[in-house]
Amino acid sequence: MDFGAINPVVLVASLMVAAVPIMLAAIGELVVEKAGVLNLGVEGMMIMGAICGFIVAVRTGSPLAGFAGGALGGAVLSAIFAFLTQFLLANQVATGLALTLFGLGLSALMGQGYNGIKPPVTGPVPFGPLADIPVLGRILFSHDWMVYGSVLVVAAVWWVLTRTRTGLIIRAVGESHDAAHALGYKVNRIRLGCILFGGAMAGLGGAYISLVRVPQWVDGITAGAGWIALAIVVFASWKPWRVLVGAYLFGGITVLQLNLQAAGSTIPVEYLSMSPYLVTILVLVLMSSGRGRAGLNAPAALGQNFHAAR
Amino acid sequence: MLRRTLLATAAAGLGLMATAAASAAAGMDHVKACFVYVGPIGDGGWTFQHHQGALAVKEAYGDKVEVQWQESVPEGADAERVLTQMALGGCNIIFTTSFGYMDATNAVAAKFPNVMFEHATGYKREHPNVSTYNARFYEGRAVVGTIAGRMTKTNKIGYIASFPIPEVIMGINSYYLHAKKVNPDVQLSVVWAFTWFDPAKEADAAKALIDQGVDVITAHTDSTAPLAELAKTPGLVGFGQASDMEAYKPLPRVSSIIDNWAPYYVKRVGELLDGTYAQTDAWEGIAGGEVKIGEITDAVPPEVKAEAEALRDAIAAGTYHPFTGPINKQDGTPWLAEGQVAPDGDLLGMNFFVEGITGAIPN
Amino acid sequence: MLALEKRPNPSRFWLYATPVVAVALTMVAGGVMFAILGKNPFEVVRTIFWVPLFGEFAWYLRGQLLVKAGPLILIAVGLSLGFRAGIWNIGAEGQYIMGAIFGAAVGLAVFPTENRLIFPVMILAGLFGGWIWAMIPAILKTRFNTNEILVSLMLVYVAQTILAMASTNFLRNPEGSGFPGSRNFSSYPAASNPELIAGTGIHWGVVTAVFVVVAAHVLLQRHLLGFQIKLAGQAPRAARFHGVSPNRLVVLCMGVSGALAGVAGLFEVTGPAGQISIDFNVGYGFTAIIVAFLGRLNPVGILFAGLLMALTYIGGEMAATNLGLPSAAIQAFQGMLLFFLLAVDVMTNYRIRFAAMGAR
Repeated sequence: MDFGAINPVVLVASLMVAAVPIMLAAIGELVVEKAGVLNLGVEGMMIMGAICGFIVAVRTGSPLAGFAGGALGGAVLSAIFAFLTQFLLANQVATGLALTLFGLGLSALMGQGYNGIKPPVTGPVPFGPLADIPVLGRILFSHDWMVYGSVLVVAAVWWVLTRTRTGLIIRAVGESHDAAHALGYKVNRIRLGCILFGGAMAGLGGAYISLVRVPQWVDGITAGAGWIALAIVVFASWKPWRVLVGAYLFGGITVLQLNLQAAGSTIPVEYLSMSPYLVTILVLVLMSSGRGRAGLNAPAALGQNFHAAR
Repeated sequence: MLRRTLLATAAAGLGLMATAAASAAAGMDHVKACFVYVGPIGDGGWTFQHHQGALAVKEAYGDKVEVQWQESVPEGADAERVLTQMALGGCNIIFTTSFGYMDATNAVAAKFPNVMFEHATGYKREHPNVSTYNARFYEGRAVVGTIAGRMTKTNKIGYIASFPIPEVIMGINSYYLHAKKVNPDVQLSVVWAFTWFDPAKEADAAKALIDQGVDVITAHTDSTAPLAELAKTPGLVGFGQASDMEAYKPLPRVSSIIDNWAPYYVKRVGELLDGTYAQTDAWEGIAGGEVKIGEITDAVPPEVKAEAEALRDAIAAGTYHPFTGPINKQDGTPWLAEGQVAPDGDLLGMNFFVEGITGAIPN
Repeated sequence: MLALEKRPNPSRFWLYATPVVAVALTMVAGGVMFAILGKNPFEVVRTIFWVPLFGEFAWYLRGQLLVKAGPLILIAVGLSLGFRAGIWNIGAEGQYIMGAIFGAAVGLAVFPTENRLIFPVMILAGLFGGWIWAMIPAILKTRFNTNEILVSLMLVYVAQTILAMASTNFLRNPEGSGFPGSRNFSSYPAASNPELIAGTGIHWGVVTAVFVVVAAHVLLQRHLLGFQIKLAGQAPRAARFHGVSPNRLVVLCMGVSGALAGVAGLFEVTGPAGQISIDFNVGYGFTAIIVAFLGRLNPVGILFAGLLMALTYIGGEMAATNLGLPSAAIQAFQGMLLFFLLAVDVMTNYRIRFAAMGAR
C-alpha cells in the first residue's frame, strides 16, 4: 500500500476524534449486553442524545450542560425500552428496532427550528506546553475533554465489570438470570440500571456528533453510527478494551481511506470506501479463528427476557 | 401497460380527465401545487431549498394556490405511489425534486395527462405534460473556483464529492478550471464520500483534505459539516453549498452557491394560473436567478472580490461561458477548440475530468 | 402493585385481541401527539387507518398495500426461520441489494433478446445473489466461528457501495447519456415483472410471498426440518442429542433467508422500482426484522404484520401530504404503534394480578 504523503501522527490524532461517538455508544451497549439484554435501538438513542444535547447546549450556552442533556435524552428513551422489555416482557429485538424508528422521528420533530445554528464550541483541554511535544503532543494532548472522557469510561467499565462485586452481579445476571434470581438478586432492576447506562452513553456519543464532530443539527445526523456501535460490541467479543480497539480500528480505517483519497492514492476509490467494513470483518475472522472460541463469548442469557416465577 | 390503461380509464370515470388539456391554455382560478422531496425539510440543504421555493409560491399567490408536499420519499416504487396519490388527490402541478424520480414521473404523467409534471435535474420528457428543469450550478462553481484559486496559500484546493455522476463531475471541472485560470500552480484533491448526506463522514473528509495541506474546500454534499471542520483552524476557506450557511461568515465561509428554486416555481405556477403554461426544458443559471452567489465576505481581498463579481456578472450577461475552449480532457485529447463553447449535451453527460486534474473518476 | 402471572396456556382471546387493543391505544397516544402538533387528531388517525382501505382512492391504494407488504413479508418469513433457530441474520438489506444486482445483471446482459426463459433465469440469479451474500457470514460462522450479526451487518454497507458502482458503472444505462441508473425494466417485457391483474398491485413478488408463507407454515408444522429449527432455538443441547447439526442449520437458515431477500430484491427491481439506482434500497431488509417479530415469527402472523406495516406507511404518507404533517411525526407514530403492539402482547402469555405491596 502506498501511504505517500500521509502523516501518521495526524492520522492517529484524527482517528481518536472520529472514534469517540461509536466508542461511547458501544461501551454502553456492552454493559447492556453483559447484563443479558440486546438493545438494537442504539441508533435511536444516539440521535435523541444528539438533539437533546444540541438543544440544551444552545439554550444554556454551555457544552458541558449539553453533554449532560444528551446523556439524559438517551437514557430517557432507553427507559421506554427498559419498561417494555423488563416489565412487559416484550421482545427485545423488535422493541430495539422500534426504538430506533421512534427516536429518528421524535428527534426530527424536536429539532424543528434548530437547523443552521452553531452550538457553543467545545475547545481542546489546555495542556499548555505538553501539547507542543513533538509527535506525542499532537496525539495525546491536543483533544477536547470528551476524547479523554471516552477512554476513561472504557477503563471504568472494564474495572467495574472485572474487578468489582457490581460487575460480578451484572455478569451473573447476563449469564444465567435464573441462578442470579435464586441468589436473591433483582434481575430486572439490575438490567434496568444497565439499560439506562447504555442509553446515557449512546446519548453522550450522539451529543458528541452534534456538538463536536459536525457541530450543527440536521435530521438524521447520526447517519447509521449506532449500527456500527452494535457491530463494534460484537467485534470486541464483549470485552471492554477491545471496544476501544474496534472503535479505533474502524475510525482509523475510515479516516485513512479518506486521507488516501485526499493524498491522491491510486487504489480505486470504491474499494477504499468499502474498506472499513471489510477490514473489520477480516480482523474479526482472524481473531475468532486464532482463538478458536472467541465468537462464543456472548453472554449466555443475551436477548432472553426474565420473569420471576416465584 | 395494462395498468396504465386501466388507471387512465378509472381516472376518467372519476371525472379527473373531464377537462381536457385545453384547460391549461384557458388559465385557472386556483392551482394546487404539490412537491415531492427526497429528504427531510430539515436537511438544511437540497430539500430545504426546494421547500423555500414551495413557500415562495404560496407567498406569491396567496389564496389562489394550495401547496402540498411530501418529505423523504424514496425513489422508485414509493415515488410512483406518492405521485399517483397526489394526482388523484387533485394536484394540478407536481414538482418532483430529485433525479431518481425520473422514470416514476414519466410513468405517472402518462396516466394523468391533465396534471403537469415538473422533474428536476432529469432529461426524460416522454409526455407533453412533463417538463424538466435544472440549474447551472457549474456557473456558481466557476465563481467560487476563482476565489479558491486566489485565496489558497498552499496552492492545494479540495473538493468533497458525493457520487461520480455528470452533475458532480461538471462541478469539479468548472471549479478546477477557474482556480487554475487565476493560479496556474493550483492542485486539486478530490475526495469521494459515496454519500449525499453523512455529516460525520463529510467532516472527516474535510479533515483529511486539511491534513493533506489543502486550505480551500468546496463540498458537493449537503451539510455544513465541512465548514464547521474548516472553522476549527483559523485562516482556512470554504463555501456555503445549497444554502447560504451564513452562520460561518466571514471565515471560513467567504461566499456560497445558493440553490434558488423560487423564481422558477413562482413562474411556472403563475403560467398555469394565467394560461401561458407550456412544456419546457429549463436549465437556468445565474442569469435566471436559479443559482445565486452568496455575499462575498470581507475576508476576501477587494480585488479578488471584484474579479469574482465580474465573472459572475459576465456569466449572468451571457458574455462568458465557464466551459469555453481550448479545453483538453484529462488524457490530453482535445475536447473544446479555441473559443468553442461546450454544448449542453456534453455537459449533461460529462464523465471525464479536464486536463490537469490528477486522480481517476471511480468506475 | 401490579404483578404478572404466567398463564398455563397462551390465551386464545388475547392472541387475537392484542393487535386491536394496541391499535386503539396507538390512536389515543398518537392523537395526543398530533393534537400537540396542531392537527385534528381524528382526521389524522382516520387518514392513516381508514382512507387507504376504504377511502375515495382505495381501489388504487389497496393494491399498493400489497406492493409495499410483498417484499417485507418475503424477507421476514425467511428471517423468521433463522431467528427461531437462534441465527441472527441482520443483513437482509444487503442480500436484497445483491439479489437485485445479480438478477438485473442477467437480464441486462441479454438485452434486448426476447425469450420466455429470461425472467425465470433472472429469478434464479436473484435467489443466487441473495444466497451467496448470506453464505459469506454463514461460512465464516461455521468455519471460523465469526459472529454472523457483525458480518451480515457490515456486508450491507459493502453491498451499498457495490450498488453505487452498479448504477454509475457496470449496469448503467448505455443510452442514459452518462446519468446514473440502469435501463428501466418496464421497457423490456421479457425481463420485467409487471402487474399480473391490472389495478390489484399483484406482481410475481406478491404471489411468491403468499406461496412462501404457506410453505413456511407447512415446514414448521409438518416437516422434520421445521421441528429441528424450533428445537435448536428452544433447546440447543437437546437439538444436538437429536442429531441436529448446528452448522448445517446455520448454512440452511442463512441460505434460505438470503435467497428470499435476494429474490425480493429481484422482484422489486424488475417491477415496482423498475431499475437499479444508487438509492434502490429503502430499508425493507431492516423493517422486515420488525415485521418478523411482530408476526411472532409465525408465517401467518408475518403476513398480517407485513400488511399492517404497509398500511402505516401508505396511510402515513396520505396524512403527510394531505394534512401537512411532518414525515417525522409519522415515523414517531409508527414507533408508538410498534411499542404498543409489543407491550400489549404480554397479555397473551400473562395475566395481570393485583398483588399486595412488597409481596415479592
